[in-house]
Amino acid sequence: MNAKDLRHPIKRARGLGSAQSGVGHWWIQRVTATALVALGLWFLVTVLRLAHADYTTAHAVVARPWNAVLLIAFVIAMFWHAVLGLQVVIEDYVHTRWKEVSLLVLVKFLAVLGALASVLAVLRIALGA
Amino acid sequence: MADTSRPLSPHLQIYKWQVQMLTSILHRATGIVLAVGSLIVLWGLLALAGGSEAFAQFASCVGSPLGLVVMFGWTWAFAYHLCNGIRHLVQDAGAGYAIPQFIRSSWLSIVGSFVITLLVWAFVLTSGGAA
Repeated sequence: MNAKDLRHPIKRARGLGSAQSGVGHWWIQRVTATALVALGLWFLVTVLRLAHADYTTAHAVVARPWNAVLLIAFVIAMFWHAVLGLQVVIEDYVHTRWKEVSLLVLVKFLAVLGALASVLAVLRIALGA
Repeated sequence: MADTSRPLSPHLQIYKWQVQMLTSILHRATGIVLAVGSLIVLWGLLALAGGSEAFAQFASCVGSPLGLVVMFGWTWAFAYHLCNGIRHLVQDAGAGYAIPQFIRSSWLSIVGSFVITLLVWAFVLTSGGAA
């Protein structure tokens, strides 16, 4: 410790300790990954069955209640997992602090907008608005 | 670059190539690709919600030669990230850490991703022409 530092040692320690959420990022990444194994396979099969479908068929399939629910779960898990993954990539490779923070916030904003827009689209299809 | 003068660890080109390196790097790379690809999912849903004209436009973009190449790449990235993601979940559970198992599961992820990609596109191409 610097002898000329007049601050109380507690001042240095505060805010540097455990925030009680150390494994939060890691854990949510695994939970969304597990969800995406199931939802991703379902999504793949659903898209494949619609590969050559016309608008009316595709619309009707997405509008079915369980398909709409699973699709909403899929897009939320997908954007959430993407944010967590991109966060690690940005933290690893962007070393200028202001660029790092700006990118992290930008990615979060885009993902939330993407998720909200996707959910609204599915609801619009499902509820026929 | 980093505003630090700390010594840095040696970077990729220092190491002899091993399959575990490839699977690790590809997992991150396909993750980034899929994050960008999530915008295609968003685009498709918005088009489907927007009406038959918007959907036709989306379908013709995806079905164009460039669109098919992108979709093929997206399929492989999806298949790889899925296979290797399951591998990581198994490892997170504490299994498969012996070096021979680690190498075997790496190859399994790579081979599995190509098998899934081929199956998907065999289905797409035989079930009635390209999208």
